[in-house]
Amino acid sequence: MSFIKEFGSWLPSRVVSSAEAGAWVGSDATWVMNVSGIEERRFADAGERVSDLAARAGADCLERAGLTASSLGMVMVASGTGERNFPGPACETAKKLGAEGVPAVDLPMASAGSLFGLSLAARLAAQVGPILVIGAEKMSRIVAREPQERGVAILFGDGAGACLITPDSGRAEIVDSFLGTDGTFCDDLTLENGAPLKMNGRSVILQASRKIPAAIRTICERHSIALPDVLAFLMHQANQNLIDKVADTLGVASARFFSNIRRYGNTSSASMLIAACEWSREVGFQPGQPVVFAAFGAGFNWGALLARGV
Amino acid sequence: MDRRAQLIQIIQAVTKKQTVPEPDESLFDSGLLDSFALPDLVSALEREFSIQIPDSDLNPRKFDSIERIEAYLDSRS
Repeated sequence: MSFIKEFGSWLPSRVVSSAEAGAWVGSDATWVMNVSGIEERRFADAGERVSDLAARAGADCLERAGLTASSLGMVMVASGTGERNFPGPACETAKKLGAEGVPAVDLPMASAGSLFGLSLAARLAAQVGPILVIGAEKMSRIVAREPQERGVAILFGDGAGACLITPDSGRAEIVDSFLGTDGTFCDDLTLENGAPLKMNGRSVILQASRKIPAAIRTICERHSIALPDVLAFLMHQANQNLIDKVADTLGVASARFFSNIRRYGNTSSASMLIAACEWSREVGFQPGQPVVFAAFGAGFNWGALLARGV
Repeated sequence: MDRRAQLIQIIQAVTKKQTVPEPDESLFDSGLLDSFALPDLVSALEREFSIQIPDSDLNPRKFDSIERIEAYLDSRS
């Protein structure tokens, strides 16, 4: 059995409005809002690395949990925007956190990486001890690459989220998770070395709008949980229209899907944990109440995770 | 009702527009269909033709025109 002990997050201070982002692709804030629900996003400074963002979110999480980095059993960093092929940002992050000698694992998975990290950490924590799962992305470095695509450049922001998984006690028990991968459409969302991000938006939305609800249904049915009984759905913040579509498909009010994409844009693998961190401050786990995490990303990789407040 | 008329009716219901697209007209390029209406179209096809479309078949191009949808349905019959 593993538990969610605490969340943490870090967002850069620079706010980039959708008027500014829309202008990059010859459009305006209204169009950006209509196609994505994004009003603004945050961009990190040019000199900041993914590991800088990750370490700040991780430190925030550890501070809130009252744990030192040296007591961690493992650090996991999910990111699709690491600056180099190897080593990834995990070892830099662990160093910046002061987690000397603690094994640090990269999950180079855009968007769904944090969910996979939580699922893996829940299985490993009993063996290795507390695991700090971090999702961190510096998308601003990617969207700046020419040619900027209309449907891509306006979507993304920078940020990092973190979650501490412990084997003994916490705010919520991790009950179960469902993970899936299908490489059939792996070329529909890619980031080649030095190249712009390529996205077949129709394919991504079509697959995500089917796979996310299916994953949520699977995890809830396994534990005989009726969807209306779920306290909150904490989903990858890809696009407000997608969040609404998933809610509609499941017959759940959109309000049950916590959303902060309006303020931060799509921060890829960081988004779900940033959202979870904000949700935990505003609402938080309630004893016995189920909460479902869900994500979908390049690969395609997707899944859902069920937690229950203690 | 023949299948083509049925398809037009489905497209009109999903897009909430009374436009009658040409058989070979791209539903995306014409602006009738967008990324978020496509899943609704696929669900409607499954419902109306009593088929289960596997995720591996969900290439948007297969549903980009009436003729392409007909070709897909033929491949499933």
